[in-house]
Amino acid sequence: MTSAQSVSLSDLPTGFRGIVARVNGGRDLDARLAAMGLTAGTEIVVLQNRGFGPMLAKVRDTRIALGRGQAGMVTVYECEPADPRTATRLAAPG
Amino acid sequence: MNANPQTLAPPPDSPRPAESRRLVVGLAGQPNVGKSTVFSILTGLTAEVGNWPGRTVERREGSVRIGGREFHIVDLPGTYSLTSNSEEERIARDFILGERPDVIVMLADASALERNLYLLAELLLLPIPVVLGVNMIDVARREGMEFDAHVLQAALDLPVVPMVASRNEGVAELLAAAAAVADGRQTFAPERPEIAAAHREVYERIQALIAPAVPPGLPGDWAALKLLEGDREVTSKAHQWLPPAEWAQVHALLREHEDAVLDVAGARYEWIGRMVRAAVRRPRLGQISFTDRFDRIATHPGWGLALLLAVFGMVFWLTFSVAGPVQEWLADSVIAALSTNLAGALAGAPAWLSGMLVDGMLAGAGIVVTFVPILFVFFLALGFLEDTGYQSRMAYVMDRFMHRLGLHGKSFLPLFLGFGCNVPAVMGSRVIESRPARLLTIVLTPFVPCSARLLVLAFLVPLFFPAYPALVAWGLVAGNLVVLVLVGLLLDRFVFRRERLAFIMEMPLYHVPNLRTILVFATTNVWTFMKRAATIIVVVSMIIWLLVSYPVGRVDDSYLAVIGRLLEPVGALMGLDWRLIVATLSAFVAKENAVAALGIIYGVDGENLGTTLAAFVTPAAGLAFLVVNMLFVPCVATVAAVRQETGSWRWTAASTGLMLASALLFGTLVYEGALLLGLGGVDA
Repeated sequence: MTSAQSVSLSDLPTGFRGIVARVNGGRDLDARLAAMGLTAGTEIVVLQNRGFGPMLAKVRDTRIALGRGQAGMVTVYECEPADPRTATRLAAPG
Repeated sequence: MNANPQTLAPPPDSPRPAESRRLVVGLAGQPNVGKSTVFSILTGLTAEVGNWPGRTVERREGSVRIGGREFHIVDLPGTYSLTSNSEEERIARDFILGERPDVIVMLADASALERNLYLLAELLLLPIPVVLGVNMIDVARREGMEFDAHVLQAALDLPVVPMVASRNEGVAELLAAAAAVADGRQTFAPERPEIAAAHREVYERIQALIAPAVPPGLPGDWAALKLLEGDREVTSKAHQWLPPAEWAQVHALLREHEDAVLDVAGARYEWIGRMVRAAVRRPRLGQISFTDRFDRIATHPGWGLALLLAVFGMVFWLTFSVAGPVQEWLADSVIAALSTNLAGALAGAPAWLSGMLVDGMLAGAGIVVTFVPILFVFFLALGFLEDTGYQSRMAYVMDRFMHRLGLHGKSFLPLFLGFGCNVPAVMGSRVIESRPARLLTIVLTPFVPCSARLLVLAFLVPLFFPAYPALVAWGLVAGNLVVLVLVGLLLDRFVFRRERLAFIMEMPLYHVPNLRTILVFATTNVWTFMKRAATIIVVVSMIIWLLVSYPVGRVDDSYLAVIGRLLEPVGALMGLDWRLIVATLSAFVAKENAVAALGIIYGVDGENLGTTLAAFVTPAAGLAFLVVNMLFVPCVATVAAVRQETGSWRWTAASTGLMLASALLFGTLVYEGALLLGLGGVDA
């Protein structure tokens, strides 16, 4: 998995599905995100990213709204390209 | 509504408790798991609302008797974890470690069980037994998830109760399970999560180093883990507990392993994964839930904004059109009748006593009472938005705009509502979890011109500026909002600068709202306002009455006029003579008093007031008077609400001082500017 390309969460399009690579927000932010389910190794689905303002992602059955700044501190490995139309159908890890 | 807690029959299979010792139960859970629904089922309106010692967060507790057993329930703040990052998290763990409840009841949301059990992983490290209620299994089923309580119970080795709290299913069973564990009738020896192998050695070394120094009652393994997580509170305490040499060793280890926090969290989720693996099934994977479908509209930048404005308009309309007439009726009929009766009853009493009671105390009490309908309807609407889950979507859509002011997306509703009345607006700020953003919202809200101030504006502007009233009125409102933005930017830049807001918010699944929860929410909030704000409002109303009525009973020679004359040098900067200053000061009780006070001071009323004012007050001074009245000190009810919500007199004083300073500054600027424009007229 380490050979895969990791991309900043804030640059990922709506519908993207991947695995969280790293969370680099400093201890406080990392701990907050971890408590809400966002940790390295979790599957993540981008529910909404319009290129400006906050974005929406889903991890461990939890929909999380993230500011641009916070999303920029999370990097994601690409799994497989997902069809944006089916994005919301993708359930969290099973 | 039934004011008592709902009747809860003990589950049929539970034996009568052998002991009947009262049990103290800590009700824990992450946000949005239906904790307030369970709490309101158990305690109804009998709950006591106070504050956590030395904190500004509300503490709710109440007692319930089920099958002859008394439970004392303490509602802990909803938190995702138990690190010391937020005030709520510190409160929850201080309560558990300090007050030692007999048992903790933790609620989890069945539709996001993994994330919810993160809190359980933390609770299990503390020395109090835990019972798990898995709530909203109906919602989870709709989302395509099946959950087996027996399997989870076997894996965790602690009681697990499936629940649908909104239909009062499982609540009694949950407390019965809690009692069984607390009495020792059920064993409690769950497997606890362990730290990942990579950091086990350093964890054990830290544990050994701190073991001799950790105060009794605090679990040493928990403290060691918190140190590795970088918990500020435990770190600073460990610094005090340990002798310098040992602390240096611990400190060096922690620095070397700063990445341990991720391993601690990772190990918890690894443990959770093992626990839920067999207990949760997803037979209907891949269906699109209602939440996802509705969110396509609700979180859309265009449609979402339109929906949000429609909802805001609705809340505004409900609050002021439905509650407004009730408020007027209360003021005109009930309070007026009371005051006539009281005045009649006090006919034989000395004038000072009847004046003090009727015009001071009762007038103040009247203000408190007339806020009730507005607050009640507003809190019903707010409770509805919160309980359905829509509130977080509004915050998401608005965050783009509010972020620039250092505000949270949730700040918008309170600020918007401020146009109607600042009191519910200030109280509405409690939906914002982050304290800096909440404080900033509370401080900014009184800068929104409320309907009472707009009324004064609508009355006075045509008198001062008969040629172009609409232009001046809109200009003043726009100027007022510019001041709000400026103050917001300055405060964000200089006061809250180190607490830059991270916008991270859970968007819960939509729920069918629970009427009972909303009613209890609204009633409790209104009642708390009445209890806490009433004293301040009544006392201030009596003081102002005294200042106006004494020493001789005429405003011109009253103490207030003396104060007004003393302040004339300051007023002169803005073209305000003592009469206008007195009118401004007396508007503190209620903003709309400004007009009445002008009438009394100038000894005229109604239509004559216009001609008199035009003769005595120049347009420049009139404009400055309006600016000062829009910016200066909010009414006493708003100040009381600010005091209640900030929990601090210092913040209340800071907020009031800030308004006073901007009123003086902008009043002077506007006056001088108007003079330059030739609006000075003949000096009055």
